[in-house]
Amino acid sequence: MKTLDELLHEHEFFKGFKPEHLELMAGCATNVIFEAGEYIFREGENADVFYVIRHGHVALEIHDPGRGPIAIDTLQENDVLGWSWLFAPYRWHFDAKAVKLTRAVAMDGKCLRTKCENDHTLGYLMMQRFATVLADRLQQTRLQVLKLYD
Amino acid sequence: MTLNTNSSTKYVLESTDFQQLIDVLVGIGYRVIGPTLDHNAVIYDDITSVTDLPIGWTDEQDAATYRLSRRSDEAFFGYVIAPQSWKKFLYPSQVRLWQAALSNGSFEILPDSEKPEPMAFIGVRSCELHAIAIQDRVFIEGEYVDPTYHARRENLFMVAVNCGQAGGTCFCTSVNTGPKVEAGYDLALTEVIDHETHYFVVEVGTERGQHVLEQLPVRTADKREAKLPKTITDQAAHQIKRHLNTDGIKELLYTNSENPRWDEIATRCLTCANCTMVCPTCFCTTVEDVSDLTGQHAERIRKWDSCFTMDFSYIHGGSVRYTSKSRYRQWMTHKLATWIDQFGTLGCVGCGRCITWCPVGIDITAELEAIRQTKAKGEAIKEGSDENIG
Amino acid sequence: MINLTPQLTTQQLTDPMQPEPFRVKRVMKESYDTFTLEMEPVNSERLFTFAPGQFNMLYIFGVGEIPISISGDPNQPAMLVHTTRIVGAVTKAMSKLKAGDVLGVRGPFGTGWPVSAAKGCDVVLVAGGIGLAPLRPVLYQMLAHRDRYGKVVLLYGCRSPEDILFRKELEKWRARFDLEIFVTVDYGDSDWHGNVGVVTKLIPKAPFDALNAVTMVCGPEVMMRFTAIELQKRGVQGESIALSMERNMKCAIGLCGHCQFGPTFICKDGPVFTYPQLQSWLAQWEV
Repeated sequence: MKTLDELLHEHEFFKGFKPEHLELMAGCATNVIFEAGEYIFREGENADVFYVIRHGHVALEIHDPGRGPIAIDTLQENDVLGWSWLFAPYRWHFDAKAVKLTRAVAMDGKCLRTKCENDHTLGYLMMQRFATVLADRLQQTRLQVLKLYD
Repeated sequence: MTLNTNSSTKYVLESTDFQQLIDVLVGIGYRVIGPTLDHNAVIYDDITSVTDLPIGWTDEQDAATYRLSRRSDEAFFGYVIAPQSWKKFLYPSQVRLWQAALSNGSFEILPDSEKPEPMAFIGVRSCELHAIAIQDRVFIEGEYVDPTYHARRENLFMVAVNCGQAGGTCFCTSVNTGPKVEAGYDLALTEVIDHETHYFVVEVGTERGQHVLEQLPVRTADKREAKLPKTITDQAAHQIKRHLNTDGIKELLYTNSENPRWDEIATRCLTCANCTMVCPTCFCTTVEDVSDLTGQHAERIRKWDSCFTMDFSYIHGGSVRYTSKSRYRQWMTHKLATWIDQFGTLGCVGCGRCITWCPVGIDITAELEAIRQTKAKGEAIKEGSDENIG
Repeated sequence: MINLTPQLTTQQLTDPMQPEPFRVKRVMKESYDTFTLEMEPVNSERLFTFAPGQFNMLYIFGVGEIPISISGDPNQPAMLVHTTRIVGAVTKAMSKLKAGDVLGVRGPFGTGWPVSAAKGCDVVLVAGGIGLAPLRPVLYQMLAHRDRYGKVVLLYGCRSPEDILFRKELEKWRARFDLEIFVTVDYGDSDWHGNVGVVTKLIPKAPFDALNAVTMVCGPEVMMRFTAIELQKRGVQGESIALSMERNMKCAIGLCGHCQFGPTFICKDGPVFTYPQLQSWLAQWEV
């Protein structure tokens, strides 16, 4: 059985993190599993966590009355799910559904926020990683709104 | 009569014998086309008699200006150039490419078998010879040959006439296309006129030209007369006022697609397409597929087109060049830059027609200079660059 | 100095503007706005040989003519195959053709995809929307000579699950062990269990060796620009990225002037180019 900091170490998102930082992070981590079809979180719920996806397939959805759920993004192995835990009021903006059996490491947001406040080097590192993820998602969303293939 | 076949020998044809040149060409079977007066302009059209020529008339040309006026003499070729170039004969503005008929659940192409009559042009200027050579590259010297153009070009007899004066919009000296006729002709004439004499110095360019010459009442030119083609065209060259600076011209335009000058030009350009219609090298066409009311018979018509129209760049969703800025930029960049990459020469021969016939007087030579002066982006152009292509 | 003597030919000239009649054998509906025509020449047993990436001018009697890339199998030259989306008057008329109807064909024209250059390399095809049609012949070609190539990966993006072209074929190919097929849509409904997001998103994780890959990209211009950037981020060399361009075309033989893109004529210098050939022009507006 791998330890939590080993699992984190293998993940793309934490590439280059120092062992002491990984150890700190592992203190906020829990191993989780979601069955196919299970909702990981729902729009409006408290966002007190983010997920480091180890494998599986997660869809971010918006529910539209009359059309049902519309998937607007999907995430897989080596992606991270959720950044609402970083900013007040810490609530989820979308629904997240496990499309297939999904294994992940859940990172406690409150715990992480405290550690980032106490260690700004770690805080900077985390912000840098999340900024990269956010920038990528923003670029992709911009292309998506273009109706690129018409 | 027997002539000295040395190709450098020059001859003299009296103006009073000029009719015989037309008659000999008609006799061989040519449709003879030359300058004539129509609607207060010198145009190129069918001629049968020397009296069809614009005798004693000249043209005054400047930006957005063209008018005829009387000369003080009775010169046959005393004008500069016609509004429309010779391309309307080699590459008609509208031509039916084929007809087709439905039969047995399929269709059959009925090619137009009508062969164009062999043509003889009289009065081709040096810049116009270059323009035809440039269109030769496009239509017959590339990967695909245009049969319409080829059929007209292959039997063309060319009587060039040297320029005795320059027009207000001429700039052939900037692009090395004139004013002296150097090659590409069957016969080249230089008109010599003063109060006592009126004759043509004749130079022979081909065997076909030699064959025609032998049927004309010419005499060998003396030493003084033989020098006149150069003397007279030198005088014309000195009258040229406009200049197109071709130094590093391709790089200049390639690095200035966002030059603010394009926006300024766009405030004046009406995108009327006049410049492309009068340009002797512009070659763009569109096709129209039509059918009759029964739907049994269809035709394909090819027509001159212009990059100044919105339809020209239409792909599903809209036009690629939707601003007049981009359409003017496309035209000028094609003439002066991308043409070099495509065909190895400039697409401009300095005839000045686009300047004369622009209704708002946009001057390609002045605009290029303005772009050079307001150069906003890109590398500085090296002085003495070898990109001086003419 | 320009050569002022015309370089005339003495050969009998055939008119490259004359279409040849082809009869529709089969029509297949690919999606609500896209269809495939299979056709054969009416008057001959002519085999229609072509290179993947080439296109034809298709003529509807009395209506008009448009450029459409060939979407069939280059190893089956007896049958000419085109996949078309309804976008204008000619494609609309074309969508109404039935088996037995006749249309005109001129071609094939233009450059093909770098299929030979891809030998010994991983091959990555990136398609957007109808852009899958001109790339399908590449897949046929590679499957016919599968041992010549490394990994063969198709990344395909379209708007919604309803827009996916060649669905059955994609499913069949996906089941193979020697092809990697990834499909993504901009918006998925509850029946869609695949990827959601733009096609560029698939590039960072796609299984190929960026330093030994030949990539072929076909789709709308914006999509190709962003794909080229993403492929380069992954480490693919510009020279190893091929794009297929689209412009208005009337003749397809470099004479009508319509398809100019900077110094190139898309019809005869393209439609397939390497990225460095186009890069400086792609960044400009309204070229």
